[in-house]
Amino acid sequence: MRGWGWHAITLWTLLVYGFMFLPVGVVVLLSFNASQFGSFPMTGLSGRWFVELWNNDAIMRAFRTSLILGLLTAVISTTLGVLASLALVRYRVPGRNLISTLLIAPILVPEVVLAVALLLFLNFLGLPKSFPLLLAGHVIFTLPFVVLVVQARLVSIKRDVEEAALSLGASPVQTFFEVTLPLMMPAVAAGALFAFTISFDDITGTLFWKPGGVETVPTQIFSMLRNSISPEINALGTVMIVFTVGLPLLGAAVARRLAQRGGG
Amino acid sequence: MSVEAREARQPWILLSPALTALVLLLFVPLLFIVVYSFWLRSAAGADQAGFYLDNWREALGDAFYRDILLGTLRIAAITTLVCALMGYPAAYFIARSKGNKVLLLLLLMLPFWISYIIRTMSWINILGTSGALNSVLLSLGIVSEPLRMLYNETTVILGLVHFLLPFMVLNVYVSLDGIDTNLEDAANSLGATRWQAFTQVTLPLSLPGLAAGGLLCFVLGAGTYITPLVLGGPRDAMFANLVYEAIITQLNWPLGSALSLMLLAVLGVLVAIYNRYLGMAQLAKGLG
Repeated sequence: MRGWGWHAITLWTLLVYGFMFLPVGVVVLLSFNASQFGSFPMTGLSGRWFVELWNNDAIMRAFRTSLILGLLTAVISTTLGVLASLALVRYRVPGRNLISTLLIAPILVPEVVLAVALLLFLNFLGLPKSFPLLLAGHVIFTLPFVVLVVQARLVSIKRDVEEAALSLGASPVQTFFEVTLPLMMPAVAAGALFAFTISFDDITGTLFWKPGGVETVPTQIFSMLRNSISPEINALGTVMIVFTVGLPLLGAAVARRLAQRGGG
Repeated sequence: MSVEAREARQPWILLSPALTALVLLLFVPLLFIVVYSFWLRSAAGADQAGFYLDNWREALGDAFYRDILLGTLRIAAITTLVCALMGYPAAYFIARSKGNKVLLLLLLMLPFWISYIIRTMSWINILGTSGALNSVLLSLGIVSEPLRMLYNETTVILGLVHFLLPFMVLNVYVSLDGIDTNLEDAANSLGATRWQAFTQVTLPLSLPGLAAGGLLCFVLGAGTYITPLVLGGPRDAMFANLVYEAIITQLNWPLGSALSLMLLAVLGVLVAIYNRYLGMAQLAKGLG
């Protein structure tokens, strides 16, 4: 039987969960506060801050920028990452360990340093702070996550299925598009989702790369924080929470369905 | 071309886009800032190319930079330690629970997906003068004036722990989940107490995961500048804040390069030590 030690661990774990969720819960709670200050006490429930948010041009612009940036990052990063993962999982590549380490190097370099290096180098080449610089930066630091996620999923796809297709007369290109790619879809989707979410959430590099006047959602929140926490920020926080939590859950559900269809 | 030669070429075709991007957008830029750190800042117009040691003399010689570097390492170390103390038992609970492990893990990882800036700012809602904690304390009559709890080193560490804890839990969990529970039972049946079985069997076997989580917490913690800006006071700047100041505010790019490289070197030594003893595979396991 499990003794008091286990009870202590259970209690501790509950406290850890509370610690992780408490701040998030408070943001959601305050976003419905009718008070004109973004703080306690709660004076009543209201959805007005979400309406204000919708009517705030700066925030909606930032939202569009983040969305476009995240989507482009996901497409490019996933393409690069899936191709590289295929090479590493499917072929005997000389220097495999070195290549793997190189591919995850952007995680190991502090993001500030990566941001400075990319900014200064591209500026030297005549590409100042701009949307392409921002995109290039986001692709580089999301790439390792895509490679890791996709690689982990790819390993589980058996080569036998492809070999069967080939031996039944399908061409390699046909095999890739009709057998391998459908089987890989959950991995590709997971990678793209990871890249999108990380890009959508980034602020450390973005503050270095974004041109003047362009804001993403996190940098917009950051600049609004300079004054005080307005109720709008809490509402924006709630939207972001729904967005960043809902999307992966949705993605997981879609991936499961794709996997089921692929398997059955 | 023979079939073998084509087989041998194919992976390189697949790898080339990613490797090209990494070389052009990461490795060459890193080499470039090494060169740039020896240039001289000129107040008007372009920085002067050349080989000047001025920036390095300032970055390495000035006690101001050294103190902030040491302070940053201390904050990162405390953060890592707190993450380990909070995260290890939680990861152990999830790994050994009889319930739905995946669900428990997913639940703990949820905040990981929530925007970093939102999670950081949310502590202001809790600890601010009109935050949740002060409201509770005031209404209970425990204090008569709101306490000033924000904008100091403790709140910076608190924010960092909240940000980094999921990394620790995930890495430790992966490690613990891979340990055969029969080993603990075997130790018990051979006369070890539960505590002995844990400290002499399970804990040593889970050290790689603990080290991987620790490395991530330390490196990510030591490289942050947003948390101190949001939750710290004027004197709680961390080393990355100096980099941000030099590059964005003062536009002193040569000095900013030197400071960036200092940070990279210090954290790079840690990563290298880790890689020497444990290898990158463990890290990949926890992230993948």
